[in-house]
Amino acid sequence: MGFDFYLSTMWNVLKALPLTLEIWFFGIAFGLIIATGLTWLRASGYKLGEYFTRAYVFVFRGSPLLVQLYLIYFGLSQFDFVRHSPILWAILRDPMYCTIVAMALNTAAYESEIFRGALRAVPVGQIEAAKAFGMPAFTRFRLVTLPIALRLALPAYSTEIILMTKATALASVVTIMEMMGTAQKIQHDTFRPIEVLTCAGVIYLLLNLSIARLFAWVEHRLSPHLRPPPEQRQLIKPVPEVL
Amino acid sequence: MEFLSDLKDQVSTAYELLAAGWGVQLLWGIAWTLAVTVVSMLIGAILGSLVAAAKFSHRGGLRFIGESYTTVFRGEPELLIIYLFYYGGTQVLTGVARSTGSISSTDILNMPSFLGGVLAVGIISGAYQAEVFRGSFLAIHRGELEAARAYGMSAWLRFRLVVMPQVLRLAVPGLGNVWQLTIKDSALISVTGVAELMLTANKAARSTHHSLLFYTLAGILYLVMTSISTPIFDKAERYTSRSFTRPK
Repeated sequence: MGFDFYLSTMWNVLKALPLTLEIWFFGIAFGLIIATGLTWLRASGYKLGEYFTRAYVFVFRGSPLLVQLYLIYFGLSQFDFVRHSPILWAILRDPMYCTIVAMALNTAAYESEIFRGALRAVPVGQIEAAKAFGMPAFTRFRLVTLPIALRLALPAYSTEIILMTKATALASVVTIMEMMGTAQKIQHDTFRPIEVLTCAGVIYLLLNLSIARLFAWVEHRLSPHLRPPPEQRQLIKPVPEVL
Repeated sequence: MEFLSDLKDQVSTAYELLAAGWGVQLLWGIAWTLAVTVVSMLIGAILGSLVAAAKFSHRGGLRFIGESYTTVFRGEPELLIIYLFYYGGTQVLTGVARSTGSISSTDILNMPSFLGGVLAVGIISGAYQAEVFRGSFLAIHRGELEAARAYGMSAWLRFRLVVMPQVLRLAVPGLGNVWQLTIKDSALISVTGVAELMLTANKAARSTHHSLLFYTLAGILYLVMTSISTPIFDKAERYTSRSFTRPK
């Protein structure tokens, strides 16, 4: 009985995994597009763009995602023009799209800060060397700045992606039956919250661990220059822990 | 002009609603949010320092527990942990009460929502604080610890005079980040029925049908809370590192 219950719960929650991944993927994809725009605006050197990005980051990082989600889902529909515009209303009356919009807007604020930091961390010498070679600005960006910055942004970006996986659970509060919503429903039907939530927890943890492994692998592949060469690796012994 | 009179209408309805009692309710909501955050941070500080210590332990078992704690509680959705503590707590309490016969077998003993919420947010906050403490401990100059050992200081003396003051100083910026995270996580415990800012805004939005107004207000109040804490933590940082800056 006990084992069967775990198995069936696990399976029922897993059936909602595609929906969770759908919210996750589109949230991240649109977030990346917005973040790129914001970073460009910030780096472009226009004062107005800079103020806008600062205000955007301040607002979206300073308030809980739940408030943003409620504001978009319940709040915006109060505007007449939203309800009368066919496109906006099609997006904003659907809880699924609302979650994706909220997640994308939220993650864009964090990501634009990550990208800004990464761009600033590109060693000046590399850019100067590219200039000395007579590279035009775009080539310089494409061949020097961007690859280095992407590599530098990767660790923080992977953290942000994991935060996004966790954020998909919020979709359940606006009635979407993704993994968290499904777990909630099973829990209400069976009154066995600990067992049900543990099953859901295991799935979320495995999902996040595999995302983390994937990013660690990409990071490893992208940084051969930071590892000591094979023969040197033998010589360096770890310093014994003194405490 | 129409726009202006529209705006005037909006502002006056907002004023009326707030004066009709929702303003006071929202203020109470802020108080509860701050209470939840402070208590969770304290629970998190205790758990976080224990877990950080466990991660540096010689014993493999303790290290494993520490690692699992930070991995699990940073890797799970906050909502799930909150549900686990609230509904799971109810399940455990009901089971215990029914088996001891203090309630009848059809009654349910609910987990107190504040306790459940604070425990959940505190444990999440503890996982992040453990990492902050671990990082600050690693940043302490190894030579100082070796010098303290060479003087023959006992482990406790070393901790009290060398490790703790420096960890506190180095941890302040990281703790500031965790504090902001915890404020934002505290909004999630509205699902268990603690009347903090989010739930109050929710109730107000549902019963007055002015969701835009109340959710915007809630958002602004959260922004105020998070932005006020920045200068406070800056000040704390200056205070704890006062012996490391040159006098002007």
